[in-house]
Order: sequence, then structure tokens, then C-alpha cells
Amino acid sequence: MASFLNRLFGRARKGSGATAKNRLHFVLQHDRINLPPERMEEMKREILAVIVKYLVVDQERVEIALEQRDRTHSKLVAEIPFAKEKQQIQMEARPETAGTDAQTAESNGAVKSPLAADEEAAPKDESNDSQDAEPVAEVDEASATAPDADAKDNKKN
Amino acid sequence: MAGKVVTISSGKGGVGKTTATANLGISLASLGKKVVVIDADIGLRNLDVIMGLENRIVYDLVDIVEGRSKLRQSMIKHKKFEDLFLIPAAQTRDKMAVSPQDMVKLTDELREEHDFILIDSPAGIERGFRNALEPADEVLIVTNPEVSAVRDADRITGLIEAAEKGPGRLILNRIKPELVKKGEMLSSDDVVDILGLAIIGIIPEDELVLSASNSGVPVTLNTDSKAGMAFNNVARRLIGEDVPFMNLADDAGFFRRLARLFEGW
Ligand SMILES: Nc1ncnc2c1ncn2[C@@H]1O[C@H](COP(=O)(O)OP(=O)(O)OP(=O)(O)O)[C@@H](O)[C@H]1O
Ligand SMILES: [Mg+2]
Repeated sequence: MASFLNRLFGRARKGSGATAKNRLHFVLQHDRINLPPERMEEMKREILAVIVKYLVVDQERVEIALEQRDRTHSKLVAEIPFAKEKQQIQMEARPETAGTDAQTAESNGAVKSPLAADEEAAPKDESNDSQDAEPVAEVDEASATAPDADAKDNKKN
Repeated sequence: MAGKVVTISSGKGGVGKTTATANLGISLASLGKKVVVIDADIGLRNLDVIMGLENRIVYDLVDIVEGRSKLRQSMIKHKKFEDLFLIPAAQTRDKMAVSPQDMVKLTDELREEHDFILIDSPAGIERGFRNALEPADEVLIVTNPEVSAVRDADRITGLIEAAEKGPGRLILNRIKPELVKKGEMLSSDDVVDILGLAIIGIIPEDELVLSASNSGVPVTLNTDSKAGMAFNNVARRLIGEDVPFMNLADDAGFFRRLARLFEGW
């Protein structure tokens, strides 16, 4: 609620005063954790490089950001959605062989991992699709149910 | 009597520490308190001229610390207030001539006979700041509604908290209500929001501050001055009075206040 109102009224604010406030927020976030912006970008790239070794994620939409309630309560918040594009291709490819899926994943430059494999094999129903934009935890849950769904799917086939 | 040591600091230079110290000293004295103001800015003595006491100086802080003069004979009594004293900074020495422990020892002695010991901290975060911080019971952080000044205020806020002297309270100096209204200046709400500190004073930009420093008669002694009134209010808040903030103009704005109302939801 508060953040909604703040956003609503914050956005409506014009002038260099608002700019000053935004700039201060940015500068102080980095000052307070003693990590300058460029180093932070470097860290993000490294984190992503690690994740990509295990998961096929939508790199464009990955967000790793500092969140700060006040000077002593900072946290790093990451939202790492799985690749959507790949799954759409899968949906089209599903009636055919599973081999196509594997090729898609490899051509994305992603390292195959057990989880990624599960996901690829998992059927994509509508509810699954709508969760694509959710944080990693949620998608995790979806992929945890995958083996089960997988079995059902196999029976159907 | 166990007097209170209040350190006035800022991080950034030139934001109004000395002005605040002089005015708070006078306001507290006029409220009947026994006050000593200490200029801890060794090498850049200023508090004496702002208070109009420059021609009475015999000894200074370093003389006291090094035992060349007795504390009592080194304190300069204000012309107007019986119970307001200044301990001036040394002009020709550097900050290393005094240690944080020296300041603790000195202020412990002063606490016995005074209600308030105000310390005007030098800018920066080095020795001079450490000297001023060490004996503090409370720290007032002076800043201006400007990106660099607020950033530096945040920096020393962290240092003050690390030294277990926090949380400091904020004096926002040189605010221009017309500019805030136009959205061209950080408002007091903005600064409070960013720094997450309680605010004890909002002081408007006031030309009378300059004439006051020209004449060596701090602006609180001028009843026409809004800045003077605002400093007076800070002094009253310091002694625990609940004084509403002056209406400098509509500083917050309706929508931001409305948004704040919902903050707890
Ligand atoms: N509210 C005000 N309105 C107008 N001018 C002001 C105000 N407050 C301070 N000033 C002016 O700003 C200048 C700096 O003030 P002051 O010397 O008190 O700052 P300071 O923080 O002690 O500086 P330093 O870091 O050099 O010790 C002075 O010229 C003073 O007259
Ligand atoms: Mg000064």
C-alpha cells in the first residue's frame, strides 16, 4: 500500500529536488554497503555466470538489486526467472521428439543440468506458463511437480 | 551537576556547524542554562568571531590540555550572559595536539559545573572529528538540503553509530521554502526519509545570519530572524521541550503527507 502510494506520488513529483532524492538513494545504498556501483555490476555478472551453469534462465529479465529499508537493514534481492522463450519453443515442439528440446537448450548456450532437463521434459499447461514471470522460488515449486506431471503426460502419450 | 556534552558535527564543511554551536550556546544560556562552548576546530579558530569574543582570548584549548593554563582562567565569559563561556581553539597548532582522551578529561571536569557543553566539531572524519565525538553524550548532525551535504551526513551517521554515540539528531540548515515548494530543493521530509534520523531543527536560509557573523552577534539575539527563532527552538527541544516546527511555508505538501499517513499499512 505504502509503496503503491509512494510510487504514485513519487512519480508525480517533478523538479531537481526529486532528482536529488533519487540520486541520494542510489549513492547511499552503495556507500552504506561499501560496494561501488561498478563492483556491484561485476558481482551480478559473476552471480549470473554461476546460476547459468545450473539453470536455464531468462538473462534479460534477471534482476539483482539492493533493497534498503534504512541504513542498517539492507539486503540483496534477486529475481531470476527461467527462460520463457525456450518453453514456448518447447510447447510447439512437444508433439515431436524430446530431442528437439535438448537442442534448443544447447543452442541457447545453457549448460544442461538435471533441473533444466526436468523442466524441458515437463508438459507446459496454462497455469505453468503464467508462472514463468514469477520469482525463482515459485518456478522451483513448479519444476518440483514436474516429474509427477511428466508421468501423467507419458501415460497420455 | 552532571552536564551534558553535545557535539555538533557534519562531515561536510561549511554547512553551519559553527553558526549552530554559537546560536545554541546563546539560546541555552538565555533559557537559564550554564553553558560552555568549545571550538574543537584546531588551526581554524572561528567560534570566537562568530560569538564576538575574539578580542578577549588569552589561552586556548591546547594551552589547557598541555597544562599551561588552568581551565577556569581559560574560559572566556560572554559579554551578555553570565553563564556562557567559550573555550577557543588554538590557531597555530594542528589537531594532533589534542587527543580524544584529553577531550573526555576536559569535559568531565566541565560537566561538574555546567548544564551543557557544546563542541563545535571540525569538518571531516579525522582526528578533529574524533576529538569532538569521543566525549559526546549526544551528537547533532548539521546538513544542508544538498546531495553532497546529505551524503556526508550519512557517512558520519555511520561513524557516530559505530562509536556507539548514536543515533544523532539532525539539524537541516539553509532550507529555502520557496524552492522546496517548487520542487527544486530537497524537503526536510526527503532528508529525514533518506537519512532515517530524527530531526531536531529546520533552519531557513536567512541573510541575517551573515550580518550576525559580520557583527559578532549571533542571530538568535535578533528577534526578527527566522533562523534565529529556529535555532531557539532547537535549544528548547534539546532541554526536552516539545516545540512544534515553525511553519516556514508548506514544506511537505498534501500528497506526501497523505502518503505518509498510509505508511504504516
Ligand atoms: N541559515 C543560514 N542562512 C544563511 N547563511 C548561513 C546559514 N547558516 C550558515 N550560513 C553561512 O554559511 C557559512 C558557513 O557557516 P559555518 O561557518 O557555521 O559552517 P561550518 O560548518 O562551521 O564550516 P566549517 O566546516 O568550515 O567549520 C557562513 O558564511 C554562514 O554565515
Ligand atoms: Mg566551523
